[in-house]
Amino acid sequence: MPDQVLFAIEVTLNGLMAGVLYALVALGFVLIFKASGVFNYAQGVMALFAALTLVGIMEGQVPFGHLINVMFGTEIHGFGWEVPALAAIFLTMVVMVFFAWAVNRVVLRHLVNQAPIILFMATIGLAYFLEGVGDLMWGSDIRTLDVGLPQGINEWIDGVTYRALGYGFFIDNLDLVATVIAALLVTGLVLFSQYTKQGRALRAVADDHQAALSVGISLNFIWVLVWSIAGFVALVAGIMWGAKSGVQFSLSLIALKALPVLMLGGFTSIPGAIIGGLIIGVGEKLFEFLAGPALGGATENWFAYVLALLFLVFRPQGLFGEKIIERV
Amino acid sequence: MTKRLVTILLGAALSASPAFADLVFPDLSYRTGPYAANGIPFSDGYQDYFTLLNERDGGIGGVKARIDECETGYNTEKGVECYEATKGNGALVYQPLSTGITYQLIPKATADGIPIHSMGYGRTSAADGKTFPWVFNYPGTYWDSASIMVKHAMDMSGGSLEGKTIALLYHNSAYGKEPIRTLQELGKKHGFNLTELPIDAPGQEQKSQWLQIRREKPDFVFFWGWGVMNQVAVQEAVNIRYPMENFIGVWWSGAEIDVVSAGEGANGYKSTNFTYVGTDLPVFDDMKKFVIDAGKGAGDGSNMGAVQYNRGLFAAMLAAEAAKKAQELHGTADITAAMMRDGMEALEITAATYEANGMSGFAPDISVTCENHSGPGMALIQQWDAAAGKWNAITDYIESDRSVIDPLIAEDAAAYAAENGITPGCL
Repeated sequence: MPDQVLFAIEVTLNGLMAGVLYALVALGFVLIFKASGVFNYAQGVMALFAALTLVGIMEGQVPFGHLINVMFGTEIHGFGWEVPALAAIFLTMVVMVFFAWAVNRVVLRHLVNQAPIILFMATIGLAYFLEGVGDLMWGSDIRTLDVGLPQGINEWIDGVTYRALGYGFFIDNLDLVATVIAALLVTGLVLFSQYTKQGRALRAVADDHQAALSVGISLNFIWVLVWSIAGFVALVAGIMWGAKSGVQFSLSLIALKALPVLMLGGFTSIPGAIIGGLIIGVGEKLFEFLAGPALGGATENWFAYVLALLFLVFRPQGLFGEKIIERV
Repeated sequence: MTKRLVTILLGAALSASPAFADLVFPDLSYRTGPYAANGIPFSDGYQDYFTLLNERDGGIGGVKARIDECETGYNTEKGVECYEATKGNGALVYQPLSTGITYQLIPKATADGIPIHSMGYGRTSAADGKTFPWVFNYPGTYWDSASIMVKHAMDMSGGSLEGKTIALLYHNSAYGKEPIRTLQELGKKHGFNLTELPIDAPGQEQKSQWLQIRREKPDFVFFWGWGVMNQVAVQEAVNIRYPMENFIGVWWSGAEIDVVSAGEGANGYKSTNFTYVGTDLPVFDDMKKFVIDAGKGAGDGSNMGAVQYNRGLFAAMLAAEAAKKAQELHGTADITAAMMRDGMEALEITAATYEANGMSGFAPDISVTCENHSGPGMALIQQWDAAAGKWNAITDYIESDRSVIDPLIAEDAAAYAAENGITPGCL
């Protein structure tokens, strides 16, 4: 097989893996939009906040320690213990559920029946608030996140492809883990929404708020539930991206990677987020491989949006989005 | 009656001794946002050094130094806003720690008559003091770093880079593009091929670039990154098992935070540096005693000795020495921005200066003139020891290739002068 073809296959496989990571971020947006019609601008910051909280708990850091020291002249830095990864993930989820409850109680409840743009603006405020709180709680340092995920080249794939094709493919172990976790996550979400009472209630709210209210479904509960699930998805995304770069404030910018995925896959479809992520991942990587050298490189960021826009021209609701038909 | 008497006595006392305003050093810092991890230690070092001078020496030439801090978030627009907001407070010199902000401030500060010190960043051709009288970039420029990296690569390759390939992995911005021209010229001179690999900011996703590096196997990878781009690049290099000793970053890609998250795999990664790393110097003992332990530090002191903290400290030390020089030149402790510029242009930092400040061997000697605002253009190569968790200097200070850099500076400065109607000359 010619080298260029082998390279293209390797790039495609890596694009698929990158797409899974983009989809992980996009999933959080979809969940909240589907249930409440809110485009949650704070989803990227939620991933950052969740990852910061996870590392802080694992390292036994005292929340707001720096602030306490400045205000009271103390020298508090840590509790002096370390928390195992699984327990820390559980505790972080408790924090994210509390956050979901607080968002509903303090923000969303007061904005019921407001225009979508008002809710969107509220989530912008929420994003900046959460970023500031994360900074105050856990500090601005870059933190190493080690929850035991493998990283680096997968030797088996490298060896097998080298023996078969004469060129060993590079696939990152972390990307493989992310793919498995994303698959489990989507399966879990589908099972939850199809076969549990809360899941059915969630779908009912997503279909029609008024009708759901009329049959006794609590909107407050559903919103807390969906923001909690989005918090969990944010935590998973934060762990995956944080393992690559360390946990730091630029994690919040991963939301930028999710936007073209949402445009392409639709804002209301979980499979759309996955398929959209894969198309964007493969598309941008292949374009960079094929056209990047001629165009001076660094094409991925803008090409993802061009690809999404092209889809929008032909399918404004995205690949799997709900087609809006209004009769007059 | 008593009140009036007290007022008269106070007035007399104040008029008897000259009242000096503080010496104002604005700190365009970034303590929030994606680049905070880089901005915080630099700003802490910058502020702590002035606090040390105030607490230990009573200021500079008897006048207290004052920091006017303004948060830029490493955002160019906010940086310009900060400049506009603080320039009227008697600002003596701006050090924005951002090439983007520096580019925007060059015409503004020149018009306002306030010097800029872009220490090892900013516009390289500002080294030509005749064209850029208000801008200084000592002790070196990006082009110096590029040349020093090439020299080191040449040493590693037995004295020749003929037929070798160097990949330049860079932040796709004014900052990252700065070394390209120099590396192209050095490529012609030494016979190496240059592959350019831009990465869009912030740089969390670099798979395409590293797959290309894995396919093409360049002999060396030179790296011009900042922020999260640094951590991801080091991790990706580890992932593809690129030989870390052949992966060399510019001085802004060589701090502890850039390598720690990659763990043991980052061992052997190199970068240029122009400042001392560590705390085994008397200045740090004083810093601890007069600033940190006294609760007057900008931070909690935990960053002391780290690459970015020491660089911030060094930037402050150079500003303080220039202020002293200005006071000496103009015979007054109460200097203006214009006088500060004169002090910067006449700055001489020798081994004796470092010794006097408890900083022996902290950085190379520096001599600034009207013709040369970039100083010696020297840097060393440091290498990350992952097991010990510290950078080790593995070379002495290396001189850059002036025969290539000086004509490029002259050419770029001449083009800038022509574009902006500037008649080059010393002030």
